[in-house]
Amino acid sequence: MSGIRLAVPETATKGEIVEIKALIRHPMESGFRRGSRGEVIPRDIITRFECDLNGQRVFASDFHPAVAANPLITFHMRASESGDLTFRWIDQNGQVWSEIASILVS
Amino acid sequence: MMRTSAIACSMVLASCGDASDAPEPTEIAPSDIQSGYTFLTAQTQTLQDDPFENPGYLWVDRGEQLFNMIAGPAVPSCASCHSDGLIGVAARYPSVDGQTGALLNLEGRINQCRTEHQELAVLPYESDALLSLTAYVAKQSQGAPLSVSIDHTNRQFYETGRDYFLTRRGQFNLSCQQCHTENWGKQLRGDTISQGHGNGFPTYRLEWQSLGSLHRRLRDCDTGVRAEPLPYGDPTYVAVELYLATRADGLEVESPAVRR
Repeated sequence: MSGIRLAVPETATKGEIVEIKALIRHPMESGFRRGSRGEVIPRDIITRFECDLNGQRVFASDFHPAVAANPLITFHMRASESGDLTFRWIDQNGQVWSEIASILVS
Repeated sequence: MMRTSAIACSMVLASCGDASDAPEPTEIAPSDIQSGYTFLTAQTQTLQDDPFENPGYLWVDRGEQLFNMIAGPAVPSCASCHSDGLIGVAARYPSVDGQTGALLNLEGRINQCRTEHQELAVLPYESDALLSLTAYVAKQSQGAPLSVSIDHTNRQFYETGRDYFLTRRGQFNLSCQQCHTENWGKQLRGDTISQGHGNGFPTYRLEWQSLGSLHRRLRDCDTGVRAEPLPYGDPTYVAVELYLATRADGLEVESPAVRR
């Protein structure tokens, strides 16, 4: 059900600043809204996003209820070495979605 | 008292004009036709233009999976028939089905394919699967100019759709025409009124935080003027889609677009 879209450049020169985009499908239900019968719609949010290159952390972020549905994260990284970028999203119940993208640094 | 007399006066006016002497409704000049895209802020336009930022592509991805999915041993996938894809098809919809004579939009055609060729159950309107398939099919026509022509096969549907568009309805007593043809470009609270074209649907609306069909949008508009919205997939809404497509003739398909 969950969908992930990543924009990672396939190649980069060493030392170059590259832009990374990560989009995930998620309702990010804030817990503050009510349904048509007045009942509270329970909170259901991603609370943590992490990105590692070859196991080393390059970016992380905590999400809060004000983050919109289907959150998009854009960040920049200095291309230091080739390898796999691992993207992880963790929700409030500990469920994890992850995806890997490779980058070739020359 | 003034108010009562004004209402009475307008009721008299409304009741005396019959169709024959009513002035011909205004139309947007072809050179003035603008996609809803032009009414967006630069930031929202950027969001639509970049396939890695546009959340609508999450549904396109899902639609591609479903299009290629084989549901059972004797069931062909969509792709087994449409191996070359469906490029440009969405720009010609809604279209009249040759066999039944019914007017079908993309959603209707997808469901017809499912029952006739795949022997699968109809997907509920606005379900995630139907939205995804529709978005995937519509995406393949991105950039194609809308070109729906009116002939003897679809004229009656065109008239139904046009009537719906021109008819005042709801507690606000407003027609689609009054906002989207006669007053586009003006402010309605914080928003600029668009011309009401459907070339971006299914579209990701920021207000919905989700992808949605044109019928969802029409239901929102009907609710907005405090009229009773029609059910999803209602033939009258499909007819409105046809009228909207002819009204937006030449505009490029933008699905999955991003709208406010």
